Amino acid sequence: MTQALLMRYLLWPLVKFLGAFIVVQAIVAAMNWVERRLLGLIQARLGPNRVGWHGLLQIVADPIKFLLKEDIVPSSSEKVAYFLGPMLPLIPTFMVYCLIPFGPPPMFIAARVNVALLLVLALTSTGVYGIILGGWASNNKYSLMGGLRSAAQMVSYEVPFGLSIVGVLMICGSLDLVRIVDYQANNAWNLFPQIVAFFIFFVSMNAENNRTPFDLPEAESELVAGYHTEYSAMKFAFFMLAEYSAMIVNSCLVTLLFLGGWTMAIDGKGLTTQQLVSMGVLGGIIGLAIFLTKMMFFMFVYIWFRATFPRFRFDQLMDLGWKWMIPLALGNIVVTGVFVLIGQERLMYWIGLATLGAIGFHIFRKPVPAVKAKTAHEVAHAS
Amino acid sequence: MSLNDLIFLLPEIILATGASLLLIAPVTGLRDSISAKWAMIALLIITAGSLLACSWAVPGMEQTAGFARMFALDAFSIFFKLLFLFVVAIVVLLSDDFLRESRYSTWEYYSLLGFALCGMMFMASGVHLATIYIGLELLSLSSYILAGYYKNEQKSTEAAMKYFVLGAVSSAILLYGISLIYGVCGTLNLLDIARALSTVVSNDALMFGVILLACGLCFKIAAAPFHVWTPDVYEGAPTPITAFLSTGSKAAAFAIFVRIFYVALPGFHLDWSMVLATVAALSMIVGNLAAITQESVKRLLAYSSIAHAGYVLMGIVAMNVMGLRGVLVYSFVYVFANLGIWSIVLMMKRHEYAGEKVSDFEGLHSRSPFWAFSMFVFLLSLGGIPPTAGFIGKYFLFYAAVQAGFGWLAIIAVLMSAVSMFYYLRIVVAMYLRDGKEADVTASGALKFVAAVCVVATIVFGVVPNDLIDQVSSSAKGLHNKGAVTRNATR
Amino acid sequence: MTPAFAVFLIVGTIAVASSILVISMRNPVHSALFLLLTFLCVAVLFVMKGAEFVGAVQVLVYAGGIMVLFLFVVMLINVRHLPDEKVLSNFWKGGFAVGLGVFILFVAVVRPGVYHDEQLDKSRLTSVKERIWTESHKNPGTYTYRRVHRTNANSEAVGMALYTDYLVPFEVASLFLLVAMIGAIVIGKRELSATEEETAQQFILERVETEKEVKEAMSA
Repeated sequence: MTQALLMRYLLWPLVKFLGAFIVVQAIVAAMNWVERRLLGLIQARLGPNRVGWHGLLQIVADPIKFLLKEDIVPSSSEKVAYFLGPMLPLIPTFMVYCLIPFGPPPMFIAARVNVALLLVLALTSTGVYGIILGGWASNNKYSLMGGLRSAAQMVSYEVPFGLSIVGVLMICGSLDLVRIVDYQANNAWNLFPQIVAFFIFFVSMNAENNRTPFDLPEAESELVAGYHTEYSAMKFAFFMLAEYSAMIVNSCLVTLLFLGGWTMAIDGKGLTTQQLVSMGVLGGIIGLAIFLTKMMFFMFVYIWFRATFPRFRFDQLMDLGWKWMIPLALGNIVVTGVFVLIGQERLMYWIGLATLGAIGFHIFRKPVPAVKAKTAHEVAHAS
Repeated sequence: MSLNDLIFLLPEIILATGASLLLIAPVTGLRDSISAKWAMIALLIITAGSLLACSWAVPGMEQTAGFARMFALDAFSIFFKLLFLFVVAIVVLLSDDFLRESRYSTWEYYSLLGFALCGMMFMASGVHLATIYIGLELLSLSSYILAGYYKNEQKSTEAAMKYFVLGAVSSAILLYGISLIYGVCGTLNLLDIARALSTVVSNDALMFGVILLACGLCFKIAAAPFHVWTPDVYEGAPTPITAFLSTGSKAAAFAIFVRIFYVALPGFHLDWSMVLATVAALSMIVGNLAAITQESVKRLLAYSSIAHAGYVLMGIVAMNVMGLRGVLVYSFVYVFANLGIWSIVLMMKRHEYAGEKVSDFEGLHSRSPFWAFSMFVFLLSLGGIPPTAGFIGKYFLFYAAVQAGFGWLAIIAVLMSAVSMFYYLRIVVAMYLRDGKEADVTASGALKFVAAVCVVATIVFGVVPNDLIDQVSSSAKGLHNKGAVTRNATR
Repeated sequence: MTPAFAVFLIVGTIAVASSILVISMRNPVHSALFLLLTFLCVAVLFVMKGAEFVGAVQVLVYAGGIMVLFLFVVMLINVRHLPDEKVLSNFWKGGFAVGLGVFILFVAVVRPGVYHDEQLDKSRLTSVKERIWTESHKNPGTYTYRRVHRTNANSEAVGMALYTDYLVPFEVASLFLLVAMIGAIVIGKRELSATEEETAQQFILERVETEKEVKEAMSA
């Protein structure tokens, strides 16, 4: 009896967690190389290509370098806080892996909780402590400024981040991630009815992770390297690890909430959860593959963003968060509420689809030739 | 719960919306304090109108409770709400000069007053401890801010800080008491508590909870062992806010005090009556004796208001019809006398804080005999001397105490009233028998209007109190006639 | 000793110990971090009592939001250490005695049997009744509802309670927060002096003009 309980509640979740942990860490390590190569590609240069085949061994070389470098501790730093800083954000991020279903349940989820989404939000929101604590403990003005910026930024964007999810919850009626995915498989991706929420979620997610264009806490042109200026070797690596792990967590979330997670179905037809489960191990692998593909797409978009957008100014960042994102998210909740109240969720799908179509048309239409600049002569005559 | 329940809340909804609109009104370019004043007055009138319309339009709505029995619009709450609306309207008139002289933001001030009023109205109507508590907190938080509105003055900041820290602690104590009561009874609805307690014989945890609850409430009404904040806060706060704290916010605390103890805890009367009787006696003694030596009028009135809290507590201790009416009558007449005094104090004001010494009243009679006479009437009313309204209130309370077998409390009260006359007469002596320094009485029209209204009301209700007593009797009926409330509210 | 009780003992002890450390630390940042630990422990206790929603919100709001702002302010004014003066005032003996007295009173008073409901009624915390309206087949236009009882739905139960029975206090709480915000702004705002107020509008106009010019220069 006790053994069975132990198996069920301790050992088995632990194994699953370790599995998720290893996979995610592998992705993190790979991302290092992928990001640099991709940036190189976009910016018309090569990127790391010396170590191994196409620089692939860079994945191994970087950790070795981090391990072997000297671990410098500034003499005027707060020792305990300086030590804790890089560790703290890792704990909640790793805890989140227990809650995220990476594939069809019950195989690919360590612990299914009925308030999983809320817990994920709660845990990710504590990730900021490492950054502000590390920034403060370094006893360096630039580090402190980076920490403070990060605190302000993450608290500000937590609000639209949370509010944008509310619309999804109203449609799906659950905080359980598995049920949210099932709902999408039986209807359609939440991306369509919640296109606005998706947009807000995606932007806030970038800001939460301190990624470009919101990487003000580590803006090198202003703050040297921000909160991790004084960190070196493995401690610095931990910060990077936490950042990339959090990126993966957020990519998983956006996949689960808006893109139907491990399913590939519309209106209950296609690869729904039941379908995948009935296929046994193969179904599990297919589900996992679908999930990882969608997730990796968002990881790619992260990098794409980094290569495309210039950094915001801090007041612009705050303006965007408080004056645009939050009112927009609240408006989205009201609109969704009205549609749910009158029982016309289906209509929202069509509206979302039409919006997506319009956006797509706008992006892919033939580029308009640039307007010819007016000559001085014309300007003088026009006025 | 249904949409019809919203009618219960209509006045509060209007008030809260209006107060929020006051916040954003300056965006439209209206920035002067005069339009702010009239906007606020208009809001109060609309609220009062909607309150009366609600109580008339839906017959039989009295004594019923809406929103899953959270909120009642009975005669008792309507009585207190109208009183609060009146108090806030008067405070708005009193604030006018203060706001025009200072450079502090006007619209926010009125908006905060509106929210404080909203909290008071929720307190008067709450029949559920959650509603009552959150209403009380809304009032308290607005009061903390308003008490510190002279933010460049050290005294005002100190007052706000003291009020805030002590107020927060007392709220915590109150909440602790509520949680224990919930633990024992399993409900926070006042009627359900009474019903749950009808089967309980004696319970230490409940007793502890009730005592903690009483402690928290006694802080809010400034009764004796919990009174230390009062003089400092009353002295430091802007004078119109002092007027508000000593009348409106006190009356609201009395309203919930009465409702909680009369509706929810009558079964435990024997247990708590002695505790509250001690508090009442202590408040009367401490308040009146400490007031004697005060030089500052504000501090003097603060101590006297502590004593008045003691008088009103007698009505709650007595736990009979007379006591209940006494609390209502006393809250009513006390408002007029006290607001009148504060308006006269404001007239005497020369600069920000000075001009509030007893010696400043010297020779007031020779300068402006009418205002001296008004002050005299208000002081008589506070002392409870017959031709004024204060006498009626004291009569009810003393009679209730004697009727309930608390003769010794009534004796203390009478003795202490005599002591109070001593320091009230000090001001009278200063006004009539001393030569003044011939300084001006700077009275604006609003102040004169307030003082005149208050003096007329004080005398009229003292001479012909019948209407007031009838009104109070019908307002108190719903609360004391518990059967009626129970029957209707459980529908 | 059940496992749940063991967890309670451990987590509860950490919560109490860290809350004592909050008030005894000399460095405000350390205090804030121990307060964070207290919040997390309390969240665990909530979860153990079957209130997952409150536990999650405790972490989300207090640990993720409020404590960050605490730290933000502490770091912004950059107090590294409080001045080395006496930690305890002369009143500490009296305060300690009162605290101890209240504690003993609590222990004496709150004992098994005083509460109305010794067994925690978990069904109220975890299940939610829902009305589902359906149009009747026989005569269209009339609607009937049936109650659906769903279990394992703590957050829905809390939501239902907040938006139906406790609607009034819930909404008043929002007014309360609004007032707190107004208060912070009113007290924190610097009043403009008379000259500043006169020049302020001019300054804003000038700034707008400058921005326009810069934009034109950029686009040209």
